[in-house]
Amino acid sequence: MKLLTHNMLTSNIIKGVKNGYPLKISASDVQLIDVDFNPEFITRMIPKINWKVLHEAAQSLGHANDLPAELNAEYEADQEFLKKTHHVLLEVEVQEGDLICPETERKFPISHGIPNMLLKEEEI
Amino acid sequence: MARIKLKQLEIELESVSVFEEPNILLEQYPTTPHIAARMLHTIQSRFHDIDGRTVADLGVGCGVLSIGASLLGCGHCVGIDCDADALDQTRENLEELEVENVDLIQVDLSNPELSPLMESSVDNPPFGTKRSKGIDVVFVQHALKMSRRSVYSLHKSSTRQHFIKKAAEWGVDIEVVAQLRFDLAKTFKCHKQKSVDIEVDLIRFSHRKK
Repeated sequence: MKLLTHNMLTSNIIKGVKNGYPLKISASDVQLIDVDFNPEFITRMIPKINWKVLHEAAQSLGHANDLPAELNAEYEADQEFLKKTHHVLLEVEVQEGDLICPETERKFPISHGIPNMLLKEEEI
Repeated sequence: MARIKLKQLEIELESVSVFEEPNILLEQYPTTPHIAARMLHTIQSRFHDIDGRTVADLGVGCGVLSIGASLLGCGHCVGIDCDADALDQTRENLEELEVENVDLIQVDLSNPELSPLMESSVDNPPFGTKRSKGIDVVFVQHALKMSRRSVYSLHKSSTRQHFIKKAAEWGVDIEVVAQLRFDLAKTFKCHKQKSVDIEVDLIRFSHRKK
């Protein structure tokens, strides 16, 4: 699971959970992979993602990569910054661990990089 | 323009392994490389909805549409399925073909929750004939919730009028992009004939610009 995917996941599918966002990550295996850098794509994604959530997630994994906690208004021309963002969004992969609902502490296991968000009937 | 030619795309997709034991209840008909390549190539060359975009693939199955979307240059793809075996098969396919920008999530479509960071959705949903009637409509509804631009989905041509009515209800635009013949080779034991040709529509649902 990449942090771009984490940025959009919530646990508000659980009965009684209001926001369920962001999910906490507890990782036991994180891998770094190489993904082709597409600056246009990253530039287009930045205003859409929740920057604070991305930054906190990356930091909790120890891979914040010197990214600023606040988004600088003039990021489009900053290639270095776009590369760092690319790395954090697409190249940091959580292989094993858990996603944790911020309201109920319900754990969603991540195995071989795939989060299991299936719920039991009584949780829906 | 698409970054690889149709023929090349189909050849690449032929190396995607399909289910060893498809699950009849989940209607796991693999999307053939022939159909997948045509579907994706049309989506890119006519609507520019893959290259550089975020793409969802609901009912990812063995991953042929996700892998195709990646070959056509999508920025990020999320493949979603409830079935662990399908996801394992897709994961192996992704590793085998060194596809690095597809993420997989195990979730049941009766309760998905993804914020609409996705732009397009390319889906081959169940036709809704086995497990539960109406699952095809549920897939499209969820795909529309998740995607900011458009949803591409394969449906039996016999359900076309139904979807035209539904689209009006949902307030989205609908276009039948192509009609295809699906050659359902004898995937399941309950298929009596050796192979059955059925008519399938590639439908584009799109959100109206506000």
